[in-house]
Amino acid sequence: VAEPTNAPTESAARRTALDARDRARFEEEALSHAEQLYRVARRLGGSEPEGEELLQEAYLRAFRAWRSFTPGTNLAAWLATILRNVHLDSVRRRSRRPVTEPIDEKGDYYLYNRLAEEVPEPQEDVVERLSGEAIVESLAALPPVFREVVVLVDIGDFSYADAAEILGVPIGTVMSRLYRGRRLLKGSLAERHEEGAA
Amino acid sequence: VSAVDPCTAAEECLQPYLDRALSEEERATVERHLEGCAYCRKRYEFEVALRRVVRRCSCETPPPGLVERLRSRCRAHGA
Repeated sequence: VAEPTNAPTESAARRTALDARDRARFEEEALSHAEQLYRVARRLGGSEPEGEELLQEAYLRAFRAWRSFTPGTNLAAWLATILRNVHLDSVRRRSRRPVTEPIDEKGDYYLYNRLAEEVPEPQEDVVERLSGEAIVESLAALPPVFREVVVLVDIGDFSYADAAEILGVPIGTVMSRLYRGRRLLKGSLAERHEEGAA
Repeated sequence: VSAVDPCTAAEECLQPYLDRALSEEERATVERHLEGCAYCRKRYEFEVALRRVVRRCSCETPPPGLVERLRSRCRAHGA
């Protein structure tokens, strides 16, 4: 004969067990995206310690809010949204300077044409001559609105749709920012290349 | 893909083509153009090489023990 007085306790224990199981699953799945998110955090943070700190804070927030994640939806994009918010909070704390957009842009093929002047085939071999330092610095120097979309898509491997979700903007905006961000990156690389060659 | 100027049309589609964000039909149109146009093909190869170099220089291996630190810090904070 069942004892009705124990039923609520058993039900609560079952719920607790199920909750712990779901929490553990969430934790493992979330941590499986750590490497992808670290690449993004590293470039947003600017250094290895800052990148890891951003990621630590993002995962802390994610684990605290894990019940608000809808299973079956894109967990990597959900985590990246939190990571971006952590980064924005960090930037706001450090500076209240308004974000400005550069006016002087070189054409999309400026870098290509500049390298083409040096050698007849400005492809793989010539691109390899760009220094890693120049690339990292040029990426870091992009205005934040363009850097974050370039980092998400080109470094983090997020799709246009994911980036749109993470940034809270339409896909068309992602595409235009990405196009402009890459163009600015190439312009900056051309300038650094010229400085290096001078 | 517009048919007004094939090179201009291909240039407009080059970024989404590289990002694999075009429809099958658009992809096929760009690929047909790249096969027949040495000028655009060189630019395409340049973009591919540049992306690969940017990615190689910007994607660092996570520091050792990162996942365990994430796990333990979150558990320590009761998250």
